[in-house]
Amino acid sequence: MTGLTGPILTVEDLRVRYGRVEAVRGVSFDAAAGELVTLVGANGAGKSSIINAVSGLVRPRGGRILFEGRDITRTPAHRLVRSGLVQVPEGRQILATLTVEENLRLGAPRRAGIGEVYGRFPVLAERRRSPAGTLSGGEQQMLAIGRALVARPRLILLDEPSMGLAPRIVDEVFGVIGEIRSSGTTVVLVEQNARRALRAADHGYILASGEIVHSGPAAELLGDDRVVQAYLGVET
Amino acid sequence: MDVQQLLNGLFVGSIYALFAIGFTLVFGVLDRLNLAHPAVFTVAAFVGIELVAVGGLSIWAALPVVFVVGGLLGLVIEQVAFRPLKGRADAHFAGLISSIALAGMFIALLQWRYGPDTKRFPAESFPETTYKVLGAQVTGVQVAILLITIVLAVGLHLLVGRTRLGRSMRATAENPTAARVVGVNVDRVSATTLAISSALGAVAGALFAMNVNSAQLGMGGAIELKGLAVIVVGGMASLPGALVGGLLLGLAEVFTVQYIGSSWRDLVAFGLLFLILVVRPQGLFGTRKVREV
Ligand SMILES: Nc1ncnc2c1ncn2[C@@H]1O[C@H](COP(=O)(O)OP(=O)(O)OP(=O)(O)O)[C@@H](O)[C@H]1O
Ligand SMILES: [Mg+2]
Repeated sequence: MTGLTGPILTVEDLRVRYGRVEAVRGVSFDAAAGELVTLVGANGAGKSSIINAVSGLVRPRGGRILFEGRDITRTPAHRLVRSGLVQVPEGRQILATLTVEENLRLGAPRRAGIGEVYGRFPVLAERRRSPAGTLSGGEQQMLAIGRALVARPRLILLDEPSMGLAPRIVDEVFGVIGEIRSSGTTVVLVEQNARRALRAADHGYILASGEIVHSGPAAELLGDDRVVQAYLGVET
Repeated sequence: MDVQQLLNGLFVGSIYALFAIGFTLVFGVLDRLNLAHPAVFTVAAFVGIELVAVGGLSIWAALPVVFVVGGLLGLVIEQVAFRPLKGRADAHFAGLISSIALAGMFIALLQWRYGPDTKRFPAESFPETTYKVLGAQVTGVQVAILLITIVLAVGLHLLVGRTRLGRSMRATAENPTAARVVGVNVDRVSATTLAISSALGAVAGALFAMNVNSAQLGMGGAIELKGLAVIVVGGMASLPGALVGGLLLGLAEVFTVQYIGSSWRDLVAFGLLFLILVVRPQGLFGTRKVREV
């Protein structure tokens, strides 16, 4: 790995608009190499817009995005995937008509990464020839994560990976996220399940209406009564 | 059953099939109807004749050149008719119109270059030998039409099913955003798809001109409707459907002319296609596509 002096990801004053809708209004945050950073916020807070801008799917209206010190503000998604920045999109977006293996090969520049993913997710190896649309929701989420990992990214952005999954599967997903992070990959995690995400994270940013309203070490945010009452709701 | 007519139907039908395969490829992968496709078919016929008549190439050497010219035209179509409109909410309709406009420009350029008259290959261009197949007479050109269609159709099938490009094409067909997420360069897939489609349409045009030894400015208009009918009957976006649909249309036409009369050709052929759609609205090979929201 390069001798990084600054953060692996820096987002400065990011702005995203869709026509008249201002989805992200000047958001700044960063992630140090090896960290797990989480962006939490309610429906429509602008979480996915930030993830999509960072991963090159949406063109920002303003601001700057740096990855490993390089300006990637206008770099298209396919170039970012090759240079080690991938996202696991909201709703998984697996390609249902392609087989499991074809989904993985789409993300893989070389075949080597696929074996590693099969090692980590044996269920994907078993179902490698099946159309991905026939997998269960949890398996599809593993495929979506696996498909991001075959590119051997240095930064992975996960957009609500626990959405729509049974509690047991959610535990499994968070387990995998922990492993990804322990393997040295930087993780940016977006969640509506804020409490859970903050427990897993080093740093947290709380978003509301396209702006960051609180930020800090995740443990501090969890310990801050104002934050807990306003944004995290009652412990369940 | 008349073997000669059966074979004639297969030869014409494979040209329709080749044309329709290219047509439906763009529809299936990019979800766009490229109405400049018939113009590529026409341009290729004239270019093929020019390559033989003026360039001195044999008809066999002209075909690969026509294939490449078609591919380049496909890139032009993508850049001019589709790429600039891709972000628009009405990109479907806008692309339809701009591809019609580009087709008009291609035909205008042909007319400027070659005038309005029918063009033919020089007299000695075609091999003299004919073959006997089950009592029917078959020319070398006809054999070539069938073989080239088979090779190109099988080649495309393997490309789409087995290669990285093919996976990217199928991913783009299913969900362009998801394809971009995993690193597919969707713009490049679009350009490549149009290039391949147009290369196939171009070869179809040159083969058509060889089969009837003539090229006319209006030839694209005649095949345009047939191509659309074939891809609807085959099942929109189905490559095997386009192949089978094209062959069926060729056979229907030839047998109608033989047994009913040439003025009935279009009525019977399109009537049959219509009937197929009544029985199978999704087309022969179509699956009722349910797109996820
Ligand atoms: N393609 C789009 N066109 C128009 N408006 C959009 C588009 N995508 C998002 N928006 C709007 O931008 C705002 C932010 O949306 P975004 O998807 O980024 O929020 P989010 O925090 O990810 O929400 P969720 O928790 O529901 O996923 C919302 O008001 C949304 O309606
Ligand atoms: Mg979202």
